[in-house]
Amino acid sequence: MNGLSRYWLPVLVLGFGIFVIGGAQADTGKLRLTGGVNSIDGVAGGGLTPWAIIGTNASADERGVSAFATRVKPKDYALDVLGVVAGFNDRIEFSLARQEFDTKATGVALGLPGLKLEQNIVGVKVKVAGEAILDSDTWMPQIAVGLIYKDLDAGGLAPTLNALGAKQHGTDFYVSATKLLLAQSVLLNGTLRATKANQNGLLGFGGTAQNDYRVMPEFSAAYLLRKDLAIGAEYRAKPDNLNPSILGAGLKEDDWKDIFVAWAPTKNVALTAAYVDLGRIVPAIQSRKQTGWYLSAQVSF
Amino acid sequence: MTRLLITLLLAFTLGQASAQTTGNDSLYKAFGEKAGLTLLMDDFVQRLVAEPRTQSFFKNIDQSRLKTQLTDQLCMLSGGPCKYTGRDMKSAHVGMAVGKSEYNALVEVLQEAMDAKNIAFTNQNRMLALLASMHRDIITK
Repeated sequence: MNGLSRYWLPVLVLGFGIFVIGGAQADTGKLRLTGGVNSIDGVAGGGLTPWAIIGTNASADERGVSAFATRVKPKDYALDVLGVVAGFNDRIEFSLARQEFDTKATGVALGLPGLKLEQNIVGVKVKVAGEAILDSDTWMPQIAVGLIYKDLDAGGLAPTLNALGAKQHGTDFYVSATKLLLAQSVLLNGTLRATKANQNGLLGFGGTAQNDYRVMPEFSAAYLLRKDLAIGAEYRAKPDNLNPSILGAGLKEDDWKDIFVAWAPTKNVALTAAYVDLGRIVPAIQSRKQTGWYLSAQVSF
Repeated sequence: MTRLLITLLLAFTLGQASAQTTGNDSLYKAFGEKAGLTLLMDDFVQRLVAEPRTQSFFKNIDQSRLKTQLTDQLCMLSGGPCKYTGRDMKSAHVGMAVGKSEYNALVEVLQEAMDAKNIAFTNQNRMLALLASMHRDIITK
């Protein structure tokens, strides 16, 4: 890991701090839950996939910020995420997130006890058309484009990733379309993501067998039960770049799915719980499907 | 596949359009007809005047006339036997400098008023869906 990457995240967080003190407004005006929750990459949307909505509570002509903490606990691993999001004029979104993936028994089996995979993630999203919430008389969704840059610190696993031909940084590019079907109380999102990421980047980007960008579809659907409560499901297709590899099918990966419930007890707080199915993660060592729970808390202004 | 999708979309759209034109008044009934809408709009306008984010737009106008016009408008939109005779939304809001935040605040106040009348959330959203797209004529800032 080069020395520079140790510093850029703290510098960006400091910049965010200055932004918060200097500019975020006290009385921002989105409708509850319409700023979305934070994906594991930090970007506003569902839990696993970005949406076209712009995060935070800021409406047009406003600036807003949000912060979140997420824990995902599949059977044999644990993922912790912390992050912040800034929204400008309901048009542009910046996000920062830090992931820490505890490899637990898999690290031990690889001769790397205590191995944690860490990613620093920067996201930028721009709304390019439409109005997801208020345009209740048309089929036109809100459309946004974005990129997500990820910098992986794989620790003792780095030589293995090098041998597999997987880079330790990468950028996803995506376009998302989000539509609230208000009369039906249903929110739909579709995302196309061009990516090289293996297990969302935690096992690097690309591989010897498959090193091109792949365009992957992702879907979310939510049903609003109350103005402060939504349930839904997500599906995220993923590439399978490390299958086959020098480990045969031992690094095969699967698509991700979840069912979730999101609750906003106040305008500034959102809590999300989900049951996730992350498929197989390093089946050479953990052959079972990584199902488990997901919890996330967000404050937004 | 595409053809099936188009057919389904078309059927859905036509279905919605006919529900609006052939006098489906289920939403009007769910809101308690004219009497229920009158009570709801009385309370709604009082809440708009009390709410700090919206009061500047409402405190110095003829509130009883606004209540009547809103009642007629929602009655007509929800399939009831009323005729809204006020100005169109665009000319009614000229020069008011309504921002998106304030528009959303008004939606929240309407949700509170509908909650207070125990209107089911699904019916609240059906009504809001008839109103929300007016943002294009009302938000001018």
